[in-house]
Amino acid sequence: MADKNGFFDLSKTTLSRRTALKGIAAGAGLALAPGFVRYSQAQSSAPIKIGFQSHRTGIGAAYGRWYEKTSTAAVKAINDAGGISGRKVELVIEDDGTDPARGAEVVAKFAKQHKTDIVFGTLFSHVVIGSAPAAGENKIPYFVVSEGHHVASTKLNRYVFQPGITDVKSQIQSMAPWIAANAGKKVTQIFPDFAFGYDHRDYLPPALKAQGADVIAQIAIPPTESSFTKYFPQIPAETEVIYHVMVGPAVLTFVKELGEFYGSNRPQLFGFIDSLEAVDINSPGLEFLDGSHFWEGSPRYAQPDDSAAQKAYRAAVGIDDNGAAVGDPKDVSTAAHMFGCWETLYVVKKAMEDAGYKGPEDRAKLVEATEALKEFAEGTEHPQGPKTFNGKIHQCFGIQNISKVEGGKLKVVHKTKIEDGLYEPEGDYTTQAL
Amino acid sequence: MRDASPAKAYALHVGVIALLFALNFVLPDYHQGLFARIMALAVFAMGYNLLFGYVGLLSLGHAMFFSAGLYGAGLTVHHLGWGVPEAFIAGVTCGALLALVIGLLALRTSGVAFMIVTMMFAQVFYLLILYFAAWTGGDQGLVVQQASRTLNLGGASLDLTDPTVRYMSALALFAVVLLITLTVVRSRFGRVLVAIRENEERTKMLGYDTVANKLAAVVASGAICAASGAAYALLFGYVGSSFAGVQYSILPLLWVLLGGAATTLGPLVGTLFMYYVTDITSGFTSAYLLIVGVALILLVLFFPKGILGSIRERWLGWLP
Repeated sequence: MADKNGFFDLSKTTLSRRTALKGIAAGAGLALAPGFVRYSQAQSSAPIKIGFQSHRTGIGAAYGRWYEKTSTAAVKAINDAGGISGRKVELVIEDDGTDPARGAEVVAKFAKQHKTDIVFGTLFSHVVIGSAPAAGENKIPYFVVSEGHHVASTKLNRYVFQPGITDVKSQIQSMAPWIAANAGKKVTQIFPDFAFGYDHRDYLPPALKAQGADVIAQIAIPPTESSFTKYFPQIPAETEVIYHVMVGPAVLTFVKELGEFYGSNRPQLFGFIDSLEAVDINSPGLEFLDGSHFWEGSPRYAQPDDSAAQKAYRAAVGIDDNGAAVGDPKDVSTAAHMFGCWETLYVVKKAMEDAGYKGPEDRAKLVEATEALKEFAEGTEHPQGPKTFNGKIHQCFGIQNISKVEGGKLKVVHKTKIEDGLYEPEGDYTTQAL
Repeated sequence: MRDASPAKAYALHVGVIALLFALNFVLPDYHQGLFARIMALAVFAMGYNLLFGYVGLLSLGHAMFFSAGLYGAGLTVHHLGWGVPEAFIAGVTCGALLALVIGLLALRTSGVAFMIVTMMFAQVFYLLILYFAAWTGGDQGLVVQQASRTLNLGGASLDLTDPTVRYMSALALFAVVLLITLTVVRSRFGRVLVAIRENEERTKMLGYDTVANKLAAVVASGAICAASGAAYALLFGYVGSSFAGVQYSILPLLWVLLGGAATTLGPLVGTLFMYYVTDITSGFTSAYLLIVGVALILLVLFFPKGILGSIRERWLGWLP
């Protein structure tokens, strides 16, 4: 018995497009949330809108907060100096929840609802990889500050770029000469048993081999582990260097237990600061790290030989000499990575100006202009140091810092050369259609 | 019987499908994309609902069936270069087979034990994905390249990354599963499932093989969830371990509870509601999960049987 009135009549009538539209218009009209308003095309004098995909919540929240601070500071600096091609820049921020599915939705939201010119931001590899298809499908350039090797692997697509931070494969490779020459020739690696750890597992041994050193043991620690003592007997006695890249809250326990295991007679320690980004190096339990070495993309602590550009960058972002927020010494920054946001935004500015970018219709031109970039000189726009850019793999290569923990601070003891981190390209994005 | 009017029920469902079809032409671009995603995930919720709503088995491990479909389809395209239809079938088959095995083991338990066992199996599945990172991409996942997401039908080739094709593909899957679910729950089999939910002992005494019926429901539920996962991989191009995590076992439960357990359209309503609450509130505050939580509590307080469940109870008794 079909109801004669109301809704069910809809299925009984012949549903022409016009009737359907009439019926639906009422429903659509209800949805008068701001999100439903169709946006008009940006005028040439309108601000350039940059969609910032931020880890505001989820596991990446500490990074997200500092990425936002850095990006906001960079946008202010760019706007104060006249913007991009004379147009102001506006950041539109959406939270990706550090989740790949939401990340993809956010990219689509930027492209279709906010109508931003590009999408920018985000660190965690799985979010970048999850979001990349949405960027490619919407043909919207997606500039990431992720440091993962996924962009340079050419497994993503032509719209994804990483021009502001060196990828992890290059970072690891450029550490090898220093480790072999200064720390020791017999290296044991301890890493988390997931992708971040695998980069180190796979790229370090060949790089060390080329320097006449060897990885003599690789100890993968399951991500669910919260105590590590049982793994330490696996470290061979002849180990000269322990190379550790543990991440997450467990890192404090890891260091503490390693200290208890070795006491004062320990091998050299070398780590990636990723383990301790946004964590005070003077936290209780980390005393054992004194005298050990870390990779840093950009130094957390102000260095005596900091360039004027580095000083200006630190002041603009609002970090003090210890790498913490000005006025809040407990709020430690993610200094080793977040400079990438600053530099990426300046790369976007350069590429947009090179392309004569006017609006979304010029996105393909923007991609090509970015691919045409070759190098970035050290200076206000690139305070971390000079970089080269490979347009075929959409990846930049810069210098890296090796810092020693001394008196509760990180002191840069070595800067690598760009050439130390170069490798054979694994593909070529420019062969893909736009 | 209160559902003596099949015409009314079928008319409603066909009407909903027609409405969704029409929405493709009027929705703004972003919402068209979001609806495609919601329809694909509503299928996941429908699969979950079949087991939870109609059989009364609360699983906390359905992410494994969704991701069996996701990986079954995604990996065959990525590593073996399979076409879209074969990959989709591979995904659904993986889900159904996994459900058969899990069903045989987990159905030896019930109640809280069933929840724990399914959750543990899902965790095993999740860790296996990480363990075989060389093939699965581990926690980073894999991209299913745009070029391989084309459906060749006879002479025509459909690009699944085109917004309209994607919307229509998601709608097609949604419509088929919705009508199958409706038919199943109105069938003799569906009534046996409800009887098991209400009183398993009595059903057994009446001569029904409850274990076989429950196993069939687990397999059907797993296959439907896997279809959703396979469609997700092929339509949205990303295969990742986060879809196998605990969160994706809880989400379909929430969607179903919200929309109304044991209602055929509840899963769609719940998924739609959750998605939009999240999407709209996240534009205003980073504490949007708090708002989602408050919304859920209010719904539980005022609509304890979910949106459609409460509507059925109060006004539309014939709602399937």
